[in-house]
Amino acid sequence: MPPIKTQTLPLQGEADIVHARQAVRKWAAELAFSLVDQTKIVTAASELARNAIVYGKGGEMRMAALQDGARKGLELVFEDHGPGIADLKLALQDGYTTGSGLGLGLSGAKRLSNEFDIVSKVGEGTCITIRRWK
Amino acid sequence: MERIPILRMGDLLLVTIQVDMHDRLALTLQDDLTQAICTHVARGVLIDISSLEMVDSFIGRMLANISSMARILDAVTVVVGMQPAVAITLVELGMSLDGVRTALNVEKGMALLRGSLDLEPREEEEDAAD
Repeated sequence: MPPIKTQTLPLQGEADIVHARQAVRKWAAELAFSLVDQTKIVTAASELARNAIVYGKGGEMRMAALQDGARKGLELVFEDHGPGIADLKLALQDGYTTGSGLGLGLSGAKRLSNEFDIVSKVGEGTCITIRRWK
Repeated sequence: MERIPILRMGDLLLVTIQVDMHDRLALTLQDDLTQAICTHVARGVLIDISSLEMVDSFIGRMLANISSMARILDAVTVVVGMQPAVAITLVELGMSLDGVRTALNVEKGMALLRGSLDLEPREEEEDAAD
């Protein structure tokens, strides 16, 4: 399933969260996602982009427009080279945070996606892949 | 520095968020609004978010914080105009904005503010003493 198109955006500073949101909105609209689906994936992207910057000390977001037979989808990969997550199960619980946030970013982004995959290694970083299908 | 304007109308403060807010702008608004409540002795705050295409946990928390801070400063906050897609997403994200008063549009929000301010007069408390 080769992607229709791809793009990589840096996640270094706070302004990049806004850029990531805007790029995801544009692609989701191009894929003719419904307004609710657009809003869901944009919100998930905002949470994960912020996590990569605040907790992961920066990284990148890779976007890919997918076509699987008749269905179209959007894949977003958030990769950082931060401290990694020691206990993924704990990190995915609502309300759990090591920072000052609400602890809804990771669990919320998972609920807002159709597919969610997380790989993290302590000392190496975290890579989260989400997909939403039209 | 970029700022979201706060308009004063009598004892009310009006804010219309029309830009895609980065996190620091949201925090600045929180500080500016609490300061403005004190400076103008405001009794009500109306925040119009009808132009916002998404509310994530950061912006949601900012709205909840403003509401709590305003309450402690004896002002009522109403958030108006949330788009349906934003409401659906916010709840699925896990935020229900407990404690934040909302209204469908500016008109209903103003009516809610006026109503709650008339019911809770600030200066007439001592009348109850006699």
